[in-house]
Parts: sequence; structure tokens; C-alpha cells
Amino acid sequence: MSTKRPSIALLAALGLLAAGVAGCSTASAVRVRPWERGALADAAMNPDRDPLADAMGDHVNFSREAANGGKGVGGSGCGCN
Amino acid sequence: MVSALRGPRAALAGAAFALLAVPMPAQVKPGDSFPSIDASVLAGGPLPVTSGKVVLFDFWASWCAPCKASFPAYSQLSSDYAGRGLVIIAVSVDDSPDAFAAFVARMRPTFTTVDDAQHRLVGAVQVPTMPTCYLVDRTGKVRFMHAGFHGGQTERDLRSEIERLLAEGAPAP
Repeated sequence: MSTKRPSIALLAALGLLAAGVAGCSTASAVRVRPWERGALADAAMNPDRDPLADAMGDHVNFSREAANGGKGVGGSGCGCN
Repeated sequence: MVSALRGPRAALAGAAFALLAVPMPAQVKPGDSFPSIDASVLAGGPLPVTSGKVVLFDFWASWCAPCKASFPAYSQLSSDYAGRGLVIIAVSVDDSPDAFAAFVARMRPTFTTVDDAQHRLVGAVQVPTMPTCYLVDRTGKVRFMHAGFHGGQTERDLRSEIERLLAEGAPAP
């Protein structure tokens, strides 16, 4: 008895179709538009919003993992202007 | 591989790629007609008469800091040019009516503000950034646009452009 394996092309097409139906591949789903960034501008999105928590996290990283620095990127924002 | 895509398989692949190719609406640019405004989807107040006027459409949000900086400048432009035929309509993209109302109450603009909470108008315009303003001439055509608000430089540019559009006069009936 021989089983016929599906071709790569068919599998790729099925994957693309599934992604499209799920809304993962449409232009609206993959890009947050400028007028949809209100949540990104919220203060809660800022990872550096609590200085005490930052200091404690730095201490843990330094004392347990011998890691220090490397926190040059942070902040939130709407990407305005 | 190509030979595998025949009949139903080809239709399946075509459907998949068609889904991937969903086009985004084009951005409104100078030279285009500004989309018509459906007042029924804009909250915040009656729209002023824009026919035959020079109109400045500003898209803003309460969470956008440059938008906040732009409001005093637009209030000044409104008081300077409203008598000569300039209408300013500031369109908020806030999802929350409360955030829109609080911002307007705090800034007290002297021009019209409306809330496009359903993002119908901004979706049709496809603004490139927040804020973005469009200067529309008396015939309804977009003549200038400013992506972002850069303080005095933007205000100076707008004044020059508004003067130019106002000087063009009313369109022939």
C-alpha cells in the first residue's frame, strides 16, 4: 500500500490560506497604524516607569548573574511626529 | 512544483495569495480631493460650512504630545484667518469619547473639534503620522500637507500657505 505525500507547494498554499483566513497576513493586521497607537503611548507601556523596581532588577541582575548595564533602550510612546 | 498546482490546488493557492494581497487605501496627498465627510460618524458637534472655504483638517489624539503643542497655534491661526475664509476642523482619532472631551475641555480650542472614534475618516485619509494636517483649497483639493507638528516652523509654513490659498479667491460658480 502506498501513501501519497502532499506536495510542498500544496502545504505552502494551505499555510498561506490559513494565515490569511486567520487575519495574520492582511495589511491591517501586521501594521499598527499611526492613529492606533494610543495604547503604546500609555504610561503603563513604559518599562522604566518605576525607579525602585528598576533598581531592584539591576541589583538582581548584577548580584546573581554578574550582568550590568545594557539598558540603553527603553520607554514607550506613540511614535508621533 | 509547478505541475502540482493544477485544478483545485491552483485555485487554493490563488485564494491564499489573494488574501495576502489585500490592498491598503492610498494615502491622501497634495493634488488629491479630500474625502467627503460623513458627519453622522463624527461626534463632537456640528460641522461648519466648508463650501468655497479654505479648510485646514488636522488629525490629532489626546495621547499625542505634538498634537497638544499644535492646538494653541491653530487657535491663533483661526482667530487670524477665520474672517477671511479659513475653516479649521480638528479631527480626533481617540477611541474614548471621554478622552476626547477632556482634551477639548482642557485646551479650549477656538475651532471645530470632532471625534472620529470609528476611524472612518482617518482610515480614508491614511495619515502618515500623528498629527498630520491638510490644507484644502476652495475647490476641495488638498494643496499642502504637514506630517507632524514642528512648532514655529510648521506655523510659519502654514501661514504662508494659508495666505496663498486665501488669495486665490472663490471658485467660479
